[in-house]
Amino acid sequence: MIQVKNLKTYFFTKKGTVKAVDGVSFSIKEGEILGIVGESGAGKSITGFSIINLIDYPGKIVDGEVIFEGENLVKLPQKELEKIRGNKISMIFQDPQTSLNPVLTIERQLIETIYYHNKNLTKDEMRNRAIEVLKKVGIPSPEKRLKNYPHQFSGGMKQRIVISMALINNPKLLIADEPTTALDVTIQAQILILMKKLCRDYNSSLILITHDIGVVAQLADNIAVMYGGKIVEYGKKEDILYNPLHPYTKGLIECLPKYNEDKKRLYQIKGVMPNLLNLPEGCYFRDRCPEADERCITYPEEKKIGDRRVSCHKVTI
Amino acid sequence: MSQGNNIILKVENLSKIFKIKTSLFERKNLYALNNISIEIEKGKTVALVGESGCGKTTLGKTIIGLYTPDSGKILFKNRDITFLSPQQRGKIQKDIQMIFQDPYASLNPRKKIFTILETPLKIFTNLSKKERIKKVEETCGNVGFDVSYLNRYPHQFSGGQRQRIAIARAIILNPLFIVADEPVSALDVSIQAQILNLLMDLQEKLSLTYLFITHDISVVKHISDYVAVMYLGEIVEYSLKRELFKNPLHPYTKILFSAVPDIENPVLNESLLKAGEVSSPIDLPKGCFFAPRCPLKDDKCLKEKPELINVTENHKVRCFKIKNL
Repeated sequence: MIQVKNLKTYFFTKKGTVKAVDGVSFSIKEGEILGIVGESGAGKSITGFSIINLIDYPGKIVDGEVIFEGENLVKLPQKELEKIRGNKISMIFQDPQTSLNPVLTIERQLIETIYYHNKNLTKDEMRNRAIEVLKKVGIPSPEKRLKNYPHQFSGGMKQRIVISMALINNPKLLIADEPTTALDVTIQAQILILMKKLCRDYNSSLILITHDIGVVAQLADNIAVMYGGKIVEYGKKEDILYNPLHPYTKGLIECLPKYNEDKKRLYQIKGVMPNLLNLPEGCYFRDRCPEADERCITYPEEKKIGDRRVSCHKVTI
Repeated sequence: MSQGNNIILKVENLSKIFKIKTSLFERKNLYALNNISIEIEKGKTVALVGESGCGKTTLGKTIIGLYTPDSGKILFKNRDITFLSPQQRGKIQKDIQMIFQDPYASLNPRKKIFTILETPLKIFTNLSKKERIKKVEETCGNVGFDVSYLNRYPHQFSGGQRQRIAIARAIILNPLFIVADEPVSALDVSIQAQILNLLMDLQEKLSLTYLFITHDISVVKHISDYVAVMYLGEIVEYSLKRELFKNPLHPYTKILFSAVPDIENPVLNESLLKAGEVSSPIDLPKGCFFAPRCPLKDDKCLKEKPELINVTENHKVRCFKIKNL
């Protein structure tokens, strides 16, 4: 459905070139949910933004293709992209407080989204569609709530509205950037269940960007693990979670706190993620890797095992 | 709760009400803490869990004296410190320290790391400059912070390093008791593990007692001895960790636990969709605070308020439905 090939997004700052996304490739089938995990600064959000070319100065997509319905979105002019954004591909952002306009009613904001892409609908038709989609995301008495402003909703409700806005034009692909990070666990669980259900109902694909492996475990079919702007491991959810191959993925899963009777120490990955301005030579994970040796002085080539991809010298096929 | 004389901190019926403006002419009460009682044993970690707005941070801040409670008592080593401001507490205050959630906000950006760490020593001890330098360096060693960076400023460090500095500042006066308010929730997972390990190591080395405030159940599972579950300013369940995770009793605890996305439990229960949202602490429900969201509620729950009762020696729960156990 969508194919990302060797995507490179660089930021040209005064201090040097930041390779935020550096040669990322993946493809998503219809109805598939892809989880992108990584720590802050791994380039996962920028990957999401790059797909719909939402990159601002000083950033630029320098290379690669994003093929969606036979067109390369990277090369498409802004005018054409605007027809796709919010329509065939829509995005959900992390913080529902800031992604809604505080001075407009929910109705205005929802209808605006419909109107932009469907100029021939009547006002009533648009209103009904707004009510219908609010019902779908579980907002009680949507007819009345349409007249409300964002501040009259709780955080969880706001995120539901943001989701409804993203779904209102029946998108083929939904990009959700940390959609539940700002929410409490019980609300997070509700939103996650809802998103899974809605993707099934609308047969939309979803790219779920998050730092929380637990969240990805709930929803994703496939998982891409990012580190230093590159995908270091990609595969089916079960494979990644229960049989990780890359030392970083292993560490990331191992260091999650678990139930622990005697308060044993957690496994820890030493050090911190390297600065993208100043990446180490060779494998970016080398300094933190327990298995590193002299081979790791060169960046490993990607190895393919069926659907699975790993970038590590130590993994043998 | 646990018996014995090892109780280092005792909180009795603590209440805190904030007056908030709801409109130009109207003021309302926000009930942040409602009759909280808790005892903390020396050398143990008590985790306080709950969702945002349940009052867990307010409790921590009230204990260290940043808020004055409206009623109730706080006893630290059997001394009543309830209405003492941090200044009036004098020497006691140095035994109670706090680690804050956001290391980007808790360190003064205009002070060098050395100054940040030295200031508490200047205020509370009579150490000479040389001794202070020695103590700062020793503490840096304890938290794994490179001494050669002491002349830098906070913005030059990553979140994990900053949290190490904040921890160093908290332990430099050899406190007995530390309130850790979400110390790892602003950090990446790999860094989170490092800081949790550090906190556990320090506890062993310096025999610290922690009140560990967090919303993250997996962190609680890992590091606590006792767990208190809070809901709308009340403790709804209190137990030994082992017992609580094996046998959660309160309906809220059950919902909370089942909502945690976990790689070992990759399917969330769809019944959670009906679980609703937290009521407002401004207009508290009449009966049991959890009743509006509770799947087991009946008429009694809506009218009367349940007490915190002992189920076993180490397990307390606030729910009408549990008494016949």
